[in-house]
Amino acid sequence: MPKLIARGVRTAVIQFPGSNADWDALHVARDVLGGDAYYAFHKATEINGGGAIPDLVVIPGGFSYGDYLRPGAIARFSPVVPALVDYAKKGGLVLGICNGFQVLTELALLPGALTRNAHLRFECRDVFVRAEGRGAFTEGVDEGTVLRLPVAHADGRYQCDDETLRRLDGEGRVAFRYCDGEGQLSTPSHPDAPSDALANPNGSVANIAGIYDATGRILGLMPHPERASEPELGGRSGTHDGKHLFNAALRTLEQTP
Amino acid sequence: MSLRAPAAMPGDRAVNEALAAEFGVSASEYEVALKALGRTPSYAEMGVISVMWSEHCSYKSSRVHLATLPTTGAQVVLGPGENAGAVDIGDGYCAVFKMESHNHPSFISPHQGAATGVGGILRDVFTMGARPIASLNSLRFGRPDHPRTKELVEGVVAGIGDYGNCIGVPTVGGEVQFDASYDGNILVNAFALGIAKQDELFFGRAEGVGNPVLYVGARTGRDGIHGATMASASFEDDAETKLPTVQVGDPFMEKLLLECCLEIFASGCLAGVQDMGAAGLTSSSVEMAARAGTGLELDLDAIPRRTEALTPYEMLLSESQERMLMVAKAGRENEVIELCQKWDLEVAVVGRVTDTGRFVCKATAGFDPLTGEGERAPTVAVDLPVDLLTDAAPKYDRPQRAPGVEMRSTLPSSAGVAALASPDAALAPTLYELIGSVNIGSRAWIYRQYDHIVRDGTIVRPGQGDAAVIRAFCGEHRKYLAMSVDCNGRYVQLDPYAGAAMAVAECARNVACVGATPLALTDCLNFGNPEVPETMWRFAKAIEGMAEACRVLNVPVVSGNVSLYNETAGRPILPTPTVAVVGQLHDLEDHLSMAFADPGDRVLHLGHPTQGRMGGSELWTSRFGRLAGELPSLDLQAEAALQRCIVALARARVLKSAHDVSDGGLAVALAECCIAGQVGASATLPGEGPHLHRAFAEDPSRIVISCDAASAARVEEIADEYGVPLSPLGEVVAGDALKLDDDSVSVAKAAHAHRTALDAVVA
Repeated sequence: MPKLIARGVRTAVIQFPGSNADWDALHVARDVLGGDAYYAFHKATEINGGGAIPDLVVIPGGFSYGDYLRPGAIARFSPVVPALVDYAKKGGLVLGICNGFQVLTELALLPGALTRNAHLRFECRDVFVRAEGRGAFTEGVDEGTVLRLPVAHADGRYQCDDETLRRLDGEGRVAFRYCDGEGQLSTPSHPDAPSDALANPNGSVANIAGIYDATGRILGLMPHPERASEPELGGRSGTHDGKHLFNAALRTLEQTP
Repeated sequence: MSLRAPAAMPGDRAVNEALAAEFGVSASEYEVALKALGRTPSYAEMGVISVMWSEHCSYKSSRVHLATLPTTGAQVVLGPGENAGAVDIGDGYCAVFKMESHNHPSFISPHQGAATGVGGILRDVFTMGARPIASLNSLRFGRPDHPRTKELVEGVVAGIGDYGNCIGVPTVGGEVQFDASYDGNILVNAFALGIAKQDELFFGRAEGVGNPVLYVGARTGRDGIHGATMASASFEDDAETKLPTVQVGDPFMEKLLLECCLEIFASGCLAGVQDMGAAGLTSSSVEMAARAGTGLELDLDAIPRRTEALTPYEMLLSESQERMLMVAKAGRENEVIELCQKWDLEVAVVGRVTDTGRFVCKATAGFDPLTGEGERAPTVAVDLPVDLLTDAAPKYDRPQRAPGVEMRSTLPSSAGVAALASPDAALAPTLYELIGSVNIGSRAWIYRQYDHIVRDGTIVRPGQGDAAVIRAFCGEHRKYLAMSVDCNGRYVQLDPYAGAAMAVAECARNVACVGATPLALTDCLNFGNPEVPETMWRFAKAIEGMAEACRVLNVPVVSGNVSLYNETAGRPILPTPTVAVVGQLHDLEDHLSMAFADPGDRVLHLGHPTQGRMGGSELWTSRFGRLAGELPSLDLQAEAALQRCIVALARARVLKSAHDVSDGGLAVALAECCIAGQVGASATLPGEGPHLHRAFAEDPSRIVISCDAASAARVEEIADEYGVPLSPLGEVVAGDALKLDDDSVSVAKAAHAHRTALDAVVA
């Protein structure tokens, strides 16, 4: 497996004032994968951390600006956003996790919206997702591969109009769908059904857990791969399936001229 | 002594004995104040005196008893007295932790009360210079079918979740119990733990005469005025009228405050710092001056505010959240201000440290910076001796009376006892019922609403083991810490000495059962009205029991909190001295969970088998509808040996699982091991008495362990070495059956009952 450090890969973790999984992302990029990682503070107007353009930008989980209005709604106006959008539009790799996914939809870098979970509660537990779409963070991951990843969110219900859904499906941009341990998608369930009985933890349309942009280089997802990338987390029954996404990003970078 | 009376301020009311009484200050205490001051206090001063002398701030009924708790040990870096205690975890780092109650506010306004309870305890930890990395909570609610229970459970859990999830501190564990005694007075006890370098701890001291005092964080409003006084009185079926005394939380603001404070601390420009918690600006100022032996002079005109026409009284008593008081080193206040600007936080220089030993506040009557009204011409509004508000505050050794035996321990009807003792009594249905009861069933509905994995440190998650295990990043080192919170108020009601000792023993045992050595303890002592001699007797006995258990088990008390007057209309709660123990794993690989692993593994019982006493047990309480009987006995020396033994077994890596026997007894413990491992087992139930007693008695100091057959001999050797009895129970078996003597239980059916237990409350 190629090592990030071998390429001197740089990861910028955007730090909004209410980001709280910024450490999780920095820790994995730096301490687990052995790369070079730094925070890009929200008041900065560049994301290069005073050095080279980063190879990967992570928009981490949290509550960007408190998110009392709507997750990510204020982040759209953040001073750091123009540099982030510029980076993304030039083909940079962007991984939006949880609140990061919400921010990406608010920035219209990804279509659709994340609304309150169907059962209206915050939900923190492991879920299964099936890898489907083609893109930078599933490069080399076989279609249909089932990963166990944790979720921790109150607003993770992906919604979009029918046309967008058809386009996402047609262009192979649905990166991950919630499924059971065997990879079976759940049929639509009544929102009042006990949440632990459901493969889909939030009522997302078409069981969508994560989507790519049209280029396949921007991924937004609700589950937290950065909280499941080390064997020791979660005890003896823990999962480190999240590392598949980072390894895939690394393969993508290897192939990037 | 200042005989000059402070100037009148807008909104002042006449100060007399009646006002004092309204503020919770007794006639004799008011006399003390008059005598000490040599004059009548101003309205603002009366407010300051009343909150500082409140039970919540002064510990006036509990101090003489708290002084008897053991607080020292080689592992203790900092004992009680500061905002939180600290224990050594090696390589120059320490774990900083404390637990605190937010009972009364949570009963009045469950969501905000619980949320601000979390916010307050987190500030207590980061004000010490420690980054918080884990939270726990201990909750008590009334009977499941009480009309308010559903709303209270949903509100409290959502409030804790909202705050902890947003600020990004994982809630990694906790406990909940339902009992009719909490119908009119729920308990919300919040614990937080942080990590700091031992030589970089910060203290709540107003050091350095002339140093500037800064106000940092949220603006002051009118919320929470007299919160500390409210928390120091019983409810009289009028809780909803006290809504204005509850604070409103803003976890995003606290996140900014946390990050900003840690950067300010690292800059080295501070001499001292304290959060504004109960009694807000008043207690933070007065306590900082008291600890440093200095005085403080505040300019109230400079206090950042969000509400017009605030009076000195209101500013001094507001409990608006997310505020800190800092003493900067002279000339370095600009560094504080710059960092506050980085984090978009309000900051103002509001005073200076003096050498007068007095708490002086100046303000301009009618001046309002929000409207620009009034010419600034500050006059003295408060001038009080610091020691009158702290060390010289009233202190009581309140009368105690042992309740009659009939009040403590009534025996249920002999027919009822005989029915449960009958060999015909069915075990399987009883097991399904107990494991699916609200007091024993799964807490997943609760902990799934808490982000328990943020910060990438949670090793053993809620529901996986007897205690949470987290990793703490300490520079290049990683430390593995375990923590648990426990108390069974029924045991304490039946026998306060033994019951409180059992709470300490169980909590430390839980930590040991995941493979960690218990290090120290924090407590939250929830009791009724201390002016009732029977309640005071229970309090005093419980402290004695705790103290003895802490000594024998070597878990000194490093911090804590007392919450009295937990009663409504004269009906007290079960005495609930909640304790949380923090331990450390020698190595991550030592950690144990409760899940049975592989068919063929041996299942063993570590500790003395039951003597069959059923007092206080879930079975008897559920059957007889009231507390009854005699508690099982606790042998602290045997408990200490058991805890050393289980840690040694964990470190020898000869076990596959460990789970302590607690609520619901051995049969429930075995079923929990099966449910967690999704396997069956077959076991004989050791001990004395009829089979339901052997199955469901709750004798302490017992652990269910499992190991592979090849390790059984080594396990026996280690148990021998520590002098702990070891008896074979049976083995792990493939399939769905848990066989207990001649009875068979379906693990799937038990798991379903367990998983849906809280539906009785929240569905």
